Amino acid sequence: MSRVRVLVGTRKGAFILSSDGARKRWKVSGPHFAGWEIYHMKGSPLDPDRIYASQTSSWFGQIIQRSDDGGKTWNPPGTKPEDLMTSEGMPKGESNMFVYDASPETGKPLTTHQWYDGTQHPWEFKRVWHLEPSLSDPDHVYAGVEDAALFESTDGGKSWHELAGLRGSDTGPKWQPGAGGMCLHTILLDPNNPKRISIAISAAGTFRTDDGGKTWKPINRGLWKPINRGLHSEHIPDPTAEVGHCVHRIALHPSRPNTLFMQKHWDVMRSDDAGDSWQEVSGNLPTDFGFPIDVHAHEPETIYVVPIKSDSEHYPLKGRLRVYRSRTGGNEWQALTKGLPQRNCYVNVLRDAMSVDALEPCGVYFGTTGGQVYASADAGDNWKPIVRDLPAVLSVEVQALP
Amino acid sequence: MIRVILPPHLRTLARVDGEVELEVKSPVTQRSVLDAVEANHPMLRGTIRDHVTQLRRPMVRFFACGEDLSHELPDAPLPDAIASGSEPFLIIGAIAGG
Repeated sequence: MSRVRVLVGTRKGAFILSSDGARKRWKVSGPHFAGWEIYHMKGSPLDPDRIYASQTSSWFGQIIQRSDDGGKTWNPPGTKPEDLMTSEGMPKGESNMFVYDASPETGKPLTTHQWYDGTQHPWEFKRVWHLEPSLSDPDHVYAGVEDAALFESTDGGKSWHELAGLRGSDTGPKWQPGAGGMCLHTILLDPNNPKRISIAISAAGTFRTDDGGKTWKPINRGLWKPINRGLHSEHIPDPTAEVGHCVHRIALHPSRPNTLFMQKHWDVMRSDDAGDSWQEVSGNLPTDFGFPIDVHAHEPETIYVVPIKSDSEHYPLKGRLRVYRSRTGGNEWQALTKGLPQRNCYVNVLRDAMSVDALEPCGVYFGTTGGQVYASADAGDNWKPIVRDLPAVLSVEVQALP
Repeated sequence: MIRVILPPHLRTLARVDGEVELEVKSPVTQRSVLDAVEANHPMLRGTIRDHVTQLRRPMVRFFACGEDLSHELPDAPLPDAIASGSEPFLIIGAIAGG
C-alpha cells in the first residue's frame, strides 16, 4: 500500500507528517530546525527522499538544507558524510550564497526596483520563499527569492546562480513590493516543455520564459476588471498595466500545462493559453480574496481555493473556515465544510500552504496560521486536522510514496 | 586562544557545544575573529556578516567585556582581554521580534 508524507514549514521549524495510504493515522516528526522559519520544503519528483528545505531567520539569514533520506537527516548541501563522522566533525557546506547577477553578459546590470516612496531601491536578498525541484534531475532545483529573483542550482543545492534575464527584462525597475515583501513565490515547470517556466511575484505579476530562463515576458493581460467592483481594483491605478499585479498563487495540472489557475489579491482567474490572456472565474464565491489555489491530482478541471474575507481582514468570512471546490474549472463553486470549524475561526491560509496527493481518491491538505494542518482523503468532502497546535504554517507539500 | 560564544541557533547550525576556541593572528579585530570563525565553520558564512558587503547583519550584535562593540569599525583592535583569551567575544542575536 502506498504511503503519504506531508512536509510542513512553520514559523518555528519543520514538521513531517506521515501515514499509510488510508490517511487516517498520522505520525508527526519534528520540529526540525527548531526555532527557524521554514518557508518551504519540497521533494524531487524523481527521488522523493531527496528533499530541499529553505531555513531562514531575520537574525541569521538564509540556509538551504537537504535531506537524502526522506527527512530523517538533514545537511547543508556541500557537506559530505565524512565531514560529520568524528566527534569534531562539522558541516562544511556553504549553501546560502544568493548573490544577484548584475553582469552585462547575462542580462542588464539591474540593481534597483521601485520603493514605497517611488524612488529606486537596491535589490536586497532576504530569503528563499519557494524551492522547485526540476522534473528531470534531482540535483537541479530552482529557488524563488525575496527581493524577487529566480535562482537555480545544478549541484544539489550547494551553489546557486541567478537566472538574471527575469530581473533584466524591461519591467524590472517598475516592480514594487507588496505587503509581504517583494517575493517570487510560485514556480511552475511545464512537464511537456522543459524550456518553459512560469513564475509569479508579489506585487509585480506573472512572467513566463520559453527559452529556459534566458528571456522573460510579463503574462498579465486580463488581470483587471472591466467594471471596477467597489474597492477591489483600487490597489492598482492603471488596471491594464503590464506589471504591478498582486498575484498570490498560480497552479496547473500536469496533463494540461497550458491551463493556469490563479488566486489574485482579489479575483480567481484562469488562462487557457499559458498565461497570454486571463479570464475571471470567481463566479459564485462569497469573496474572491485569498492566497492558495490548487488543482485536483486526477481531475484537471477541479480546483480548490480558501476564500478570505478581504485584504484588510485576513480571515474566513463570518468565522467559518471553508474550502471552495469547483468541478468546472471555476465559476461554479461549492463550499466544503465537513470537519472544518464553522464558528469563531479567524485563521489565515497562506499561499504555499495547500497541496494535493496523487492517491485515489485525491487527498487535499492545507495549513493555517493557527497551526492546524487539515487533511481530506476524499477530494475535500470530509476534513480532519492531522495536527492542530503547530506554529503558524507557512507551507504544505505532499508526497505520495510507493 | 580566542574564545567566541555563538548564539544558540548558530551553535546548532555549526554543531558545536559551548564556546568555540580559535587561533587568531594579531591584530585581533572583529574582522580577524570572524574570518577565523568562518574559516573553521564555513556553514556560518552569511549568517553573521553579509556575504557580499561583509557588514554585520542588522539583528546580530557583538559584545565583549561588558561593552557593546557592534558599532566599532571591523578593523579596530578588540580589548586585550579578548586577545589574551581571558574574556570571550560574544555574538548575540538581538532582542527583537518573535
